[in-house]
Amino acid sequence: MIAQLRFLLQLTHGHRIARRYFVTNGFDGALTMLGLTTGFYSAGEVATPVVISACLGGAIALTVSGLSSAYVSESAEREKELKELEQAVAADLQHTAHGQAARWVPILIAFVNGLAPLLIALFIMLPLWLSQAGIALPLTALESSMVLAFVALFLLGAFLGTVSGRFWLWSGLRTLSVAALTAAVILAFGA
Amino acid sequence: MPVIKRVVLDVLKPHQPNVLEFATAIADCHGGCRITVTVTEIDEKTETTVISVESEDVPYAAIVETIRELGASVHSIDEVEVSSMASADAG
Repeated sequence: MIAQLRFLLQLTHGHRIARRYFVTNGFDGALTMLGLTTGFYSAGEVATPVVISACLGGAIALTVSGLSSAYVSESAEREKELKELEQAVAADLQHTAHGQAARWVPILIAFVNGLAPLLIALFIMLPLWLSQAGIALPLTALESSMVLAFVALFLLGAFLGTVSGRFWLWSGLRTLSVAALTAAVILAFGA
Repeated sequence: MPVIKRVVLDVLKPHQPNVLEFATAIADCHGGCRITVTVTEIDEKTETTVISVESEDVPYAAIVETIRELGASVHSIDEVEVSSMASADAG
């Protein structure tokens, strides 16, 4: 099954699209969580359950948005491509590998687009849950979450660097600077 | 009963899967076959290819079905070698 899905992704170059969506929506998720945690941090004393609820709500909204938008747009694109290919080969391709790819690849890409922000958001929220569970952290829960958001954004940048052939450190530092600028603006508004 | 030893087909295929993956997929489905794929023309969305399949007994219908499942269409049979000779073992 995995081999067949990999074949369908290669057929449509879906693996490149999925990789792009993973980074784009992963970035959205990480920056959104950074924004929320930084906003709560600058607001002062906020109960951890309130922060968790807000962050979880944001993560779920991003997930649903990612799933639905990617499925709708990719389905339309794959259908269009399939029709053009059917005209070119003058044959019905519904029961071929291309027809299967047109049906399954949008679902796979939608999952990647939806799960990327959710997984990254859950990673960033870890200190909040640990703090809620009474586990002591070296920094406050919000500060720890902000640090994890910076780490996540750096890693996304480093990943992009390896994909594009650029030095991973510079790519990571570039996305880290976007995170730092975002946090700085939020803190400036909250000051 | 005559068996097909070799068949050469004129096949129109999409660019994906590429020729290597296409030939490998056909060979994977049908053991004991030697597959040769030659690209003769390329246009925007398709490639015209000549596919040669050799075997002790070419499973023609199954090969054509596999080609169709990969999104390609068989335009013609250009060459065929059929043998009704008894095998050396049976002789």
